[in-house]
Amino acid sequence: MVDILNALVAFTNFVIIPASAYGAQLAIGALGVTLIYGILRFSNFAHGETMAFGTMVVLLVTGLFQSWGISLGPLPTALLALPFGILGASALVLFTDRTVYKFYRRVKAAPVMLVIVSMGVMFMMNGIIRMIVGTDDRRFADGERFIIRARDFKEMTGLSEGLALRTTQVLTIVVAIATVALLFWFLNKTRTGKSMRAYSDNEDLALLSGINPERVVMITWLVVAALATVAGTLYGLDKSFKPFVYMQLLLPIFASAIVGGLGSPIGAIAGGFVIAFSEVTITYAFKKVVTYLGPEGWRPDGLVQLLSTDYKFAVSFAILIIVLLFKPTGLFKGKSV
Amino acid sequence: MTMSRTPIYFAIMACLIIGVGIFESWNNALFILNFGLISAIMALGVNLQWGYAGLFNVGVVGFVALGGLSVVLTSVSPVGEAWAAGGMRILISLLLAVGFIAGAIIGWSRIPKNLPRGLITAVWLIIGFFSFRALFDPAVAAIEAVNPAQTGFLGGLGLPVLLAWAVGGLMAAGVGWLIGKTALGLRSDYLAIATLGIGEIIIAVLKNEDWLSRGVKNVNGLPRPVPYEIDLQQSETFVGWMERLGADPVTGSTIFVKLLYAVLFLSVIILIVTLMQLALNSPWGRMMRAIRDNETAAEAMGKDVTARHLQIFVLGAAICGIAGAMMTTLDGQLTPASYQPLRFTFLVWVMVIVGGSGNNWGAVLGGMFIWFLWVEVEPISIFLVNTLTAGMDATHPIREGLLDRVAYLRPLTMGLILLLVLRFSPHGLLPEK
Amino acid sequence: MSFLSATNMTGGYGAGPDILHDLELSVDKGEIAVIVGPNGAGKSTGMKAVFGMLNLREGAVKLDGTDITGLSPQERVHKGMGFVPQVRNIFPTMSVRENLEMGAFIRDDDFEPTIEQVYELFPAVYEKRNQNAGELSGGQRQQVAVGRALMTQPKLLMLDEPTAGVSPIVMDELFDRIIEVAKTGISILMVEQNARQALEIADKGYVLVQGRNAYTDTGEALLADPEVRRTFLGG
Repeated sequence: MVDILNALVAFTNFVIIPASAYGAQLAIGALGVTLIYGILRFSNFAHGETMAFGTMVVLLVTGLFQSWGISLGPLPTALLALPFGILGASALVLFTDRTVYKFYRRVKAAPVMLVIVSMGVMFMMNGIIRMIVGTDDRRFADGERFIIRARDFKEMTGLSEGLALRTTQVLTIVVAIATVALLFWFLNKTRTGKSMRAYSDNEDLALLSGINPERVVMITWLVVAALATVAGTLYGLDKSFKPFVYMQLLLPIFASAIVGGLGSPIGAIAGGFVIAFSEVTITYAFKKVVTYLGPEGWRPDGLVQLLSTDYKFAVSFAILIIVLLFKPTGLFKGKSV
Repeated sequence: MTMSRTPIYFAIMACLIIGVGIFESWNNALFILNFGLISAIMALGVNLQWGYAGLFNVGVVGFVALGGLSVVLTSVSPVGEAWAAGGMRILISLLLAVGFIAGAIIGWSRIPKNLPRGLITAVWLIIGFFSFRALFDPAVAAIEAVNPAQTGFLGGLGLPVLLAWAVGGLMAAGVGWLIGKTALGLRSDYLAIATLGIGEIIIAVLKNEDWLSRGVKNVNGLPRPVPYEIDLQQSETFVGWMERLGADPVTGSTIFVKLLYAVLFLSVIILIVTLMQLALNSPWGRMMRAIRDNETAAEAMGKDVTARHLQIFVLGAAICGIAGAMMTTLDGQLTPASYQPLRFTFLVWVMVIVGGSGNNWGAVLGGMFIWFLWVEVEPISIFLVNTLTAGMDATHPIREGLLDRVAYLRPLTMGLILLLVLRFSPHGLLPEK
Repeated sequence: MSFLSATNMTGGYGAGPDILHDLELSVDKGEIAVIVGPNGAGKSTGMKAVFGMLNLREGAVKLDGTDITGLSPQERVHKGMGFVPQVRNIFPTMSVRENLEMGAFIRDDDFEPTIEQVYELFPAVYEKRNQNAGELSGGQRQQVAVGRALMTQPKLLMLDEPTAGVSPIVMDELFDRIIEVAKTGISILMVEQNARQALEIADKGYVLVQGRNAYTDTGEALLADPEVRRTFLGG
């Protein structure tokens, strides 16, 4: 019995908690991709860099606050800096939209053209970020590191397996829930949010109804900048800030959005968790869990790991391919165009 | 108009490279030329897919890396001990994996629909996965234990290195076929994301499967299709030539070797461009362009658009694979960690767009020109910074800061060029006729 | 002078060839006008010209005495025109109620009474108000589409083949609803394939041939005209 509990704790500690946090980060990232797809109708390859840019501003402002001695006590100072990150990312995407994307909307360019354009934007943002902060790995999480320490948990429960709950993990979930609730309230209850959905649903009819497309596009960019900054900051707090990582996140984020159904916000959230849980479960070494569950005194030879963590991209990719083959519109019906 | 533009642009390109030769060094100039030629071939591959069929491949880096791997697999001598340790087991386990997957695909279509075929297939695949791992893992461990500092991998077949160029093409074509079969016929964004994923996976395999590629330990000292500088310097005939030219035999030998490579690469380019021009002016090529310009109409006329796209996607992937093999041959080593998507996927895209999508000469020109910029942006910027801050102290923070950041100008400039060309000259330097 | 009077309309799409030649359309207050004619006669094009979706080289469109020839479709909505496109005329992933709200997007005043009116006019819309419009049947969707256009409280409602692809029973139901709408004082201009049934409810009918007015009369008179019957109504 105790062994089963221990196995459960190990599984929670190494799979459920990290995957939930990662899933929330992916979900918020995928929401940004899916909103751009729904409103501007292209896959934005620069989304990873937008996340990196927003996070970079958060990181810099956090540093500034720390040097002034401002802090949030047990919570990371980065939370205070978050609004500034969102402002920075908003300014960046609005500037990009004005100078780059607007032209292609006007000439009604094919969506694939916009994808290539977004690749150029990605290149430039990449260069700008590196020019500002370089390529170093930076940690900017401060405050209390743990909510529950593994050692305390062991003492508390008397189990041999510890359960650690980091502040950033809980924070990720809380912020993610708040963000998603706010987003859905905005999309479903406000006039502006509804007009965005209307535009995404049927552009011509939205125009006929007097919805101003440029305003919808602008609001979308603002929302996307906020989502990207939140996702990037949560990821950076949970792990660390490395500019190149955000480009690598592009694949799992796209996979989440597509698996859920491109253009569908609910789908993006579901997709994020599907991808995160598959990735973490498949790359987790189950040795500990199996040892607890197996007969007394027996332990497996190997790590009991389905796939090495180096292949976590392969997991997103495999799920993506399976969905593309069997349900091309995604779990929640996305756009078929 | 375009007819007269082509030679002018190529002449300017030649002047740029000669300029490097005069102002920097001839070694540098030839370095730029050789890598430029290889980049041109990559651009030809992407141009085939994008310019002639509108297919959006974001996994170029993967195909290039496969070409690199082919050089190791073809030309390195086999490591007998490693083969004895687990070579056969690896081969059998891989065959087993392929067998299980093929079984799943056949089973999926054969199992009657009233049975839970999803479940059956899943169970079958899980059994397959574990049997594969049971055989594969110990074999890998055995191979990687064989003299890990020097080998620790299976090696290759010990065949002439030039053969690897063809093998690289074939390997890339094979993978291209697999992706194409899955993602073509779906939306264009899906192909892009599928290729992005496969690119990442190929790189991950190269980095982590030490038994195959030695992973991040790199494979050095790959065989060369041209003589070694050191041998030339010791050859009396060669030293004699150099004396007659009044050149230093050491510099002369490095330049001579690079020139030999350039000749090899040029012949490949000429071969590929000739074949492509012939193909594209044939009925097949005209049909391709008809499909690209109006897919719906072509489909209505009874053309199997997806099948045509598959052909062209596979061909384009093969060309990228060939280029990758050539590049690894020129490098003389396989360094899996060097395959960065920014450098090999996105940069190649800039080459195609800037050169002029749909025009083979444009792709060649774009490949060489953008490579030239990629290499020269840094020295030019350093020069500019130094000139602009000439009045400042060498350790002045602004000057130091600027110099520190010069390295990141590359992605910035490339992105800017891509955006400017797309916006103001979407047909590129040499537009499609 | 009629409430809507479009006179002398000549033009086509973009820089393309002329599709309409000296076309005239007019509708009086609370009247139902129907445009019928063979395929390719320019029926929908004529209506789109009234709505400003076409480049007119000549001619003028006047609504309630004001010249609106130079206005964009959006501006015409502000002036009191409502338009129901033939296809893609709803927001499929939004609820029926939200569809109506989007119809009222340009209004700053309280539009709840208008929603109530639409619910009264179309009981089916009321029943399905919380369902996504994309999940509705063809006839119900058309009702939602008409309801959406009514939300701006237009003085002229234009319908582009509202009964395309619906069953005869649903068609009758839709026509009944349209008569109801007209009774509230809204003028209706409608393009129809089902010429006979449409002319039966029409106060005025326009038969178009190759972008020109061929016959214009009351619906009743056109139905009685042997020449029109033989040529356009299949005997």
